Amino acid sequence: MNKQEIKEKVIAILKKYTRREEVWENFSDTSDILNDLKINSARLVDIILDIEDEFDLEVEDEAMDRIRTINDVVEIIAEKKAEKKD
Amino acid sequence: MHKKRVVITGMGVIAPEAESLPLYDEILRSGRSLIRHVDELEAFGFEAQNGAIADPLIDPKNELLRLFEIDLTSDFIKLAVKAAYNAWQDAGLPIPDPDSEEVDYDTGVMIGGVISGIEQLVSKVVPLLEKKRPKRLGSMIVQNTMPSGASAYISSIFALGNQAMSLNSACSTGVDSVNWGYHSVASGWAKRMVVGASDAYNPYSWAGFEGMRVLNRNSNDAPEKASRPMSESAKGFVPGSGAGVLILEDLDLARARGARIYAEILGGFSNCGALRGKGSMTFPNREGVIRALKTSFELCNIKPEEIDYINGHLSGTMADPFEVQNWFDAMQLKGRKFPYINSTKSILGHSLGAAGALEIVATILQLYNGYVHASLNTEDLHPAIEKLIGRDAVPLERVDFPEMRIAAKANFGFGDVNSAIVLRKFEE
Repeated sequence: MNKQEIKEKVIAILKKYTRREEVWENFSDTSDILNDLKINSARLVDIILDIEDEFDLEVEDEAMDRIRTINDVVEIIAEKKAEKKD
Repeated sequence: MHKKRVVITGMGVIAPEAESLPLYDEILRSGRSLIRHVDELEAFGFEAQNGAIADPLIDPKNELLRLFEIDLTSDFIKLAVKAAYNAWQDAGLPIPDPDSEEVDYDTGVMIGGVISGIEQLVSKVVPLLEKKRPKRLGSMIVQNTMPSGASAYISSIFALGNQAMSLNSACSTGVDSVNWGYHSVASGWAKRMVVGASDAYNPYSWAGFEGMRVLNRNSNDAPEKASRPMSESAKGFVPGSGAGVLILEDLDLARARGARIYAEILGGFSNCGALRGKGSMTFPNREGVIRALKTSFELCNIKPEEIDYINGHLSGTMADPFEVQNWFDAMQLKGRKFPYINSTKSILGHSLGAAGALEIVATILQLYNGYVHASLNTEDLHPAIEKLIGRDAVPLERVDFPEMRIAAKANFGFGDVNSAIVLRKFEE
């Protein structure tokens, strides 16, 4: 799975947690999940749970703390996927 | 400080098969039972299989409420939010812009409930803890199980910045929540209050009452006959669910915005019989009940003979004749006719914490529209009640009563708690 495919799946998950469609009209890899997508910070753990299910991996709390942008999520997933292959 | 007059300017109900006020009014007028056989109860091994189930589903076309659905999983909160939305609209209040940062610090919320989010615990927490995986619960369990969750969502939806709280006094919860709102506005703490109570269908909480053998298990094949308050053949209550929400306002505020006024709250009172005398966790100390009723009349400055109509607690258990006796003794009418008395639970069942709120809305609709609804299944009125107050006081059919001016409403709950409220048709 390449990063583009990961990103598409991540966006599909994030969409479950945004109140309004409009936040997706202008977004980029560096969009801030809390400030730009206006997702409640408490929902980050739910997003992580969905990611764990979708990508069949485990994200520890320390990794979650590093997440700010869409790209951060994609990078963490790509890293975990690579570790798994090793 | 001078007490403010407090009026009711909006009401919303989510009852089984009745999500609008006109439909609720029509059901009360026609005296149509909302009690049905619940197959799931039978599947769970209940001997008492009837219930009244209100639908927590939020209308996907509701632009405002759907914004809040992302993290709203709990049925009691959904019921409360839907009822609050209806009440807010009924009061003619503007729907706020969800993107605005403006907060109305003069309006508060008090939504009570007894069972709260217990289904969240049973369906989500228990299975994951058995697998030793609590972290898999995610973030939404606490806000969906906490009793103040309904008030929190309602404050968020309508940008309300006064108090946002919940109270629980068992089956007295609805009356106490409305009384709390009354005191908040009367004292000047808030100018407007969104008050009421909500309890959802839940076999896991209803099971406790099956365990106590206090549900009627003799009427599974005739659900509409199952809830029989004040009848000689009453054999237990029928569990129900729903939410009732009222908008209370300082009279000056209501007048200034030209609001329609349904009724005025004259006041109320609550106490506890302290489980003394014959009182217990489940049966009232008669002295406490009589004191609660008398004190509420005194605090409202009314004489008992001014009361035209009583909406009782009257749940359909062996306690009903004792309740009527307590009203009778508290009022001391000395030969005068006893006012009309009925049980809204004969139509809706007993929705625990929500019951009082739904019944206050029913009381106000009857007061505002001038009728007393039929108290269903009283063909065999208990002889002790008939002897005390006469057959005519308990309507078997709806009675049109446009002259009705003052209504008294009480609920009595586990823990020997007693709560009463007095409502008057609005007079300038």
